[in-house]
Amino acid sequence: MKSGGIVFQLATRSIRLNFLRSLLAALGIVIGVISIAAMGMMGANMTLTVKDQMSEMGNVLTVTHDAGSSGGGGMGGGMSGPPGMGGSSSSDDDDDDNYISDSQFKAIKNAVGTNGTVYTVHSSSDSFSVGTKEGRATVYGLDADVIPELLSLSDGAYPKGDTGALVGASLAERFNLTLGSRITLGDEDDDEGQHTVRVVGIIEERGMSFDLSTDMAVVLPDESYTGYYGDEKEYDQVNVVLKDIDDADATSTTITDQLNKKKTQVSVSDASRMLDSITSTISTLATFVMAIAGISLLVAAVSIFNVMMMSVTERVREIGIMRSLGTQKVEILKMFVYESAILGFAGALIGVICSLGIGYLVVSMMIGDTTHFFEAESLIYLPEAMLIGIAICVVSGLYPAWRAANLDPIEALRAE
Amino acid sequence: MSPTPIIELEEVTKIYPLASGDVVALDHVTLSIDEGEFVAIMGPSGSGKSTMLNQIGCLDVPTSGRLRIAGTDIGRMNDRALTELRLSTLGYIFQKFNLIPLLTAYENVEYPYLMKHRRNDTTGRVSELLATFGIDAALASHRPPELSGGQQQRVAVARALVNDPPLLICDEPTGNLDTKTGTQIMETLTGLNRRGRTIVIVTHDPTVATYADRTITIRDGKAS
Repeated sequence: MKSGGIVFQLATRSIRLNFLRSLLAALGIVIGVISIAAMGMMGANMTLTVKDQMSEMGNVLTVTHDAGSSGGGGMGGGMSGPPGMGGSSSSDDDDDDNYISDSQFKAIKNAVGTNGTVYTVHSSSDSFSVGTKEGRATVYGLDADVIPELLSLSDGAYPKGDTGALVGASLAERFNLTLGSRITLGDEDDDEGQHTVRVVGIIEERGMSFDLSTDMAVVLPDESYTGYYGDEKEYDQVNVVLKDIDDADATSTTITDQLNKKKTQVSVSDASRMLDSITSTISTLATFVMAIAGISLLVAAVSIFNVMMMSVTERVREIGIMRSLGTQKVEILKMFVYESAILGFAGALIGVICSLGIGYLVVSMMIGDTTHFFEAESLIYLPEAMLIGIAICVVSGLYPAWRAANLDPIEALRAE
Repeated sequence: MSPTPIIELEEVTKIYPLASGDVVALDHVTLSIDEGEFVAIMGPSGSGKSTMLNQIGCLDVPTSGRLRIAGTDIGRMNDRALTELRLSTLGYIFQKFNLIPLLTAYENVEYPYLMKHRRNDTTGRVSELLATFGIDAALASHRPPELSGGQQQRVAVARALVNDPPLLICDEPTGNLDTKTGTQIMETLTGLNRRGRTIVIVTHDPTVATYADRTITIRDGKAS
């Protein structure tokens, strides 16, 4: 038992003497730590899961026509989004220049070389009818050879004939489309007229995707598409599927360098950039949620402060005795800081243990995927929350401790 | 060898500034107490004897005048140095015993030792002192509230002596004790004085004062 030891002992004894009160104060810290740890872990798991889901499409570059408005910046139109996703780009547009020509496509293919597969995309938004039901969907025209590589089917087969079409899972569900269902594309008074296609396959649900959003789309082989909509050798978009995601930057630079030499013709958008921006948005949201959870720690801080003030007030006379016996101010200060630190440590420790269970529960309920739960990026929130909890306790104990240390010994001795 | 003064007050004045007007608690007090003396300070309540005790107990510093304890002028000392002086030079015995309720009797006695030496007592001094004052090991493991008044005060005396201070300051040490226990404490103090310790005792009990070699009376902040 050193002198520091006795100061520490006095702190622990004071906690034991006022066990219930100390327990309640520490409970605040427990709750605070649980909430920020659980929210932190939830955010981390959400980010990791989304990253997982999207990394499959992160290796995609989309090349679209750029009229040059952005002044030749290679990534100028980077976030404009693929056709059909935002509906911003459409072949309905009468601007003849708003496409990628066959020669440009070949140049892109050259630029990519062996780094990945390049394929063309025709797309437009068109109205359609199934029986008496009418709707609107994105219609894609893809090279019949690449369709099997790009899309997997939940039912049916890849289209072979002129009228075969694939439909997205959501579209099929909403319009009760089954294999063999007929879809009439286009309006009666449309320039392009109406074309009836037959569903030969249902595309597996792909969720959010960067290159093609097929869930609510009709996919046709290029021949059928150009047969209906024209635009042969004029593509709305060219997609590049890279073998290695690390080549994304280099490849997109090569494409823009080669095609935009004289004037800006195309813009390349990089899915990995979008991925970054999405994950950073999720992290921001997660941090925000964690900050809200942090309010509970603030409440805990107030209760620790309150308990420490009570402890000081109750022990004024004791402080007077200790001071008169030759205890330095700093030792009195330490005694109370120890007390709040012990409360903080105990509360944070219990909190962290509970967080492990509650966090797991929250993650499995909110995200439904706990594969990343035990990864460092997720578990890091446990020690983090614990440190924050302890720090908050110590900080809220500082003022009461300072007050205790600066009591006038004579006044303190006189206290009842 | 002529006795050296351990406490010297020169024109010591203590003024408490209050909104209703300054209160002069000590008014140019000059006196000195020699090493080895047993002095009683008496006076009615409000006379300034508590203020006097706080000054020589190094808990407070005078507004003006010079106060030397064991040769050092405490008027110019900061809190840290005053605390140090209290720890090394002074032993206190209070009317209300003032033991630390969270600590056992043994730990209460050891407390000043720890503060001074920064380590546990391995010399057996604490147990020895407690035994001297009739507190056996079993009793020493009890907390103050579990001890009688007389026992508590004996623990307090042991605590005051643990760092072997040259000066003992007692504030109504028998005030909360019955006559018999009070007498025992006074005899203990007398014994300590015979072995060379300076004792200053503040009391308004004339019987207590009879144990002292000299009585200083304070009235309206002036000593006589």
